[in-house]
Amino acid sequence: MLELGKYADAILSSWIITLVLLIALVLVTWRRSAQVKRELDAAEERAKRND
Amino acid sequence: MSLWEFANPVKFMALSGKVLPWVIGLCAVTLIPGMIWGFFFTPEAANFGNSVKIIYIHVPSAMMAINIWVMMLVTSLIWIVRRHHVSVRASKAAALIGVTMTVIALITGAIWGQPMWGTYWAWDPRLTSFLILFLFYLGYMALWAAIDNPDTAADLTSVLCIVGSVFAVLSRYAVNFWNQGLHQGASLSLDKEEHVSNVYYQPLLLCIAGFILLFVALVLIRTRTELRLVRLHRLDVRERMKDA
Amino acid sequence: MIALLVRDLRLAMRAGGGFGLGLAFFLIVSTLVPFGVGPEAAILSRIAPGILWVGALLACLLSLDRIFQLDFEDGSLDLLATAPIPMEGIVAVKALAHWLVTGLPLTLAAPVLGTLMNLESPGHYWIFITLLIGTPALSMIGAFGAALTVGLKRGGLLLSLLVLPLYIPTLIFGAEAATRGTAGLSASTPLLMMAGITAGSIALLPFAAAAALRVNLR
Repeated sequence: MLELGKYADAILSSWIITLVLLIALVLVTWRRSAQVKRELDAAEERAKRND
Repeated sequence: MSLWEFANPVKFMALSGKVLPWVIGLCAVTLIPGMIWGFFFTPEAANFGNSVKIIYIHVPSAMMAINIWVMMLVTSLIWIVRRHHVSVRASKAAALIGVTMTVIALITGAIWGQPMWGTYWAWDPRLTSFLILFLFYLGYMALWAAIDNPDTAADLTSVLCIVGSVFAVLSRYAVNFWNQGLHQGASLSLDKEEHVSNVYYQPLLLCIAGFILLFVALVLIRTRTELRLVRLHRLDVRERMKDA
Repeated sequence: MIALLVRDLRLAMRAGGGFGLGLAFFLIVSTLVPFGVGPEAAILSRIAPGILWVGALLACLLSLDRIFQLDFEDGSLDLLATAPIPMEGIVAVKALAHWLVTGLPLTLAAPVLGTLMNLESPGHYWIFITLLIGTPALSMIGAFGAALTVGLKRGGLLLSLLVLPLYIPTLIFGAEAATRGTAGLSASTPLLMMAGITAGSIALLPFAAAAALRVNLR
């Protein structure tokens, strides 16, 4: 493990917060994207059958 | 073949679908090594000690926070002038990423400020400007969320974005006038010789590239989601018309 | 246009409209602040210009949603839109009416309330001047915010979220000019900057607000 010295708390906390926020953003984006894609596919299917 | 061809949602979906895996791949090969390099393999700085490692997330997120707002301004203007759906949807898609970047920049800045300046928060012009920028992002997103009709929402948020940009710039100058700062001057400009030494500069550039690519990837995904929502809305309306 | 102005003023005076309300709110804020920070004359006189500015700004915010909301609901805004005056003119007149019933009374009341806060003697003059120049910008920016949110059911809270960040530059320059003037320093730079913001807002924001109104009336 590398030596962070007296700034260990500051460095670790800011990196952890950043990573958590970025990963949360990616996950939210990803899930919403998948969900909307599913809904749209279903709707297109229905539209095709109705025509 | 002009750029405006991609204002057609179908063309945009096709192209972005093809480009997206590449962007994600490039993002992975810049952001991950950049962060690892910055975190594990950089020496201490004379004045900052090891706390300099925060720079690899603080500076890129701060840059993106501003650049994303500029991108939203441009896309809003394009919507107002040429009424391309892709444009305004991209603006909406970018807002959440922008606000996340602003929060990251504020939080890492506060954490870094504690050991360096002896305080988490000072009414330093840059800090204050970022807080104001955060408020503008919140207002923009709140307006999108509040209006039901998507076209009305697109128009109103675009107008807000344009007016807001003017006032954001004004606030920047006002805040500068109001209080002198703690931040050091520009140390990253490419044309100047006097930027920070290469040991820190190279991993930082890699991290900046990584953040930009991450933003591009996310904004593409989110814009695609938004466009699908538009299509979904249309199909929904059509279905109901038939039933009626 | 003058008829419209007179009509708006009459409505504001009559229907228990924002006329007295903003002033009362301003008075209450100015009374509460000493309870919050303590009655020491030195502290109060130092923060008085800033408090008066923030108080005036909040009082102004209070009545913003009335600028267009009532006319939107009873349909008279649709009528106005088809009238031969341009939408930009309507917005400007509405903002002017708002300023006459809130901004101007606040400006007149501020020096009196300053006495409550031990404002030093040139301070009365400066707070009056800065508010006189600054409040038209507050009304105009507020009219823009009100035009954005007029179609919404519960737009009040959103309106504050949208408008308050836009008030920041005016507030900074206004309070700075008032503070400097009170302290006997040269206040011309912030004063001119604020005058610039006011002039720019009056010149440009009617167009933005009119665009927003047209969208909302569509």
